Amino acid sequence: MIEFVVEGLSEVARYIIPSLLVGIPFYALAVKKVPVYEVFVVGAKDGFTIAVRIIPYLVAILVAVGMFRASGALDLLLEFLAPALNSIGFPAENLPLALMRPLSGSGSLGLLTDLVNTHGVDSLTAKIGATMYGSSETTFYVLAVYFGSVGIVRSRHAIPAGLFADAVGAISAVYLCKLLLI
Amino acid sequence: MLNYIWFGMMAIAVAAGIYNGKIDDVTEAAINMAEVSVNIAIGLIGIMALWLGIMKIAEESGLIRIIAKGLRPITVRLFPDVPEDHPAIGSIVLNMSANMLGLGNAATPLGLKAMEELQELNEQKDTATNSMVMFLAINTSSVQLILPATVVALMGATASDIFITTILATLLSTIAAITAVKFLEKMKRFAPDAAPVSTTSEETDHD
Repeated sequence: MIEFVVEGLSEVARYIIPSLLVGIPFYALAVKKVPVYEVFVVGAKDGFTIAVRIIPYLVAILVAVGMFRASGALDLLLEFLAPALNSIGFPAENLPLALMRPLSGSGSLGLLTDLVNTHGVDSLTAKIGATMYGSSETTFYVLAVYFGSVGIVRSRHAIPAGLFADAVGAISAVYLCKLLLI
Repeated sequence: MLNYIWFGMMAIAVAAGIYNGKIDDVTEAAINMAEVSVNIAIGLIGIMALWLGIMKIAEESGLIRIIAKGLRPITVRLFPDVPEDHPAIGSIVLNMSANMLGLGNAATPLGLKAMEELQELNEQKDTATNSMVMFLAINTSSVQLILPATVVALMGATASDIFITTILATLLSTIAAITAVKFLEKMKRFAPDAAPVSTTSEETDHD
């Protein structure tokens, strides 16, 4: 049953982008007589400026994250947090991924691949890891790109709220998998 | 806030790098990531142009407005300071739909379009509005109906096992994000009233 839903959804997903690329101009042209080519070019022009505008913000955030990852600070943080998290039933194997997820997309994918290869796809550890990975985003990257694109430097409560949500997501992943997959 | 986090990350990195004997790796990472950042941004140009072009067509044809109107009951609660038929709402809705369907490539340009439109309503251009923070928090907690392709590729047939757990976990983290934003935005330390920064001024941000 679930396999069917998963396959069905991925099947539908394959057609979404092509449908949008054709459907939106079709509606505009046929129903509203919008000069679609001309309008497209006007909109597309912003692509360059926005991409270039986020460079300084990306450099700032990704350099800091990269340094942090390379320094092994995460391992120290891990040792520090492990006892507390163990006591609430958070598995030590999944902790590196939980800490990496908000920092780096490629870093957390690497850790997930490692979990799957070491423990096997059928292990609870791998399933918790995959749930964690799939249920969260790279908070710092998204913040740099989204706020950077419009020049926002004062992020106010964005980081605390984002990290809180990440923590809730990671802890939920552990308990949901323990509850539903054992 | 970001001032302290940014500096803290680098300071901790250098301290931990020395302690762990990895200071060369730290240096290399800094230089590498600076280059990677530019590559990421440049790589975005094409896909940004494509979706912004399509979005412009959707906007001119009135599609965005129709979508924004349809989801008004929800968006009015999440983004009370955005006028109900403002184009930002349409872009936000499209961005969230793209995220839900796992269309990461389309989601980013749509999200940046939404940010641009939210910025039009912002009176303090260097400071995030409540709606911007709400939008970002919902985005990073990523409501998803479809597993990321990378996870499916990694997990193979067992991917269907984690379908339900992923949806539920992402649902809980989104609820947490919305609650946290609504709660924190009222706190004094996160109030948007501090003096605007100039490029030369010392940092005056709250913690």
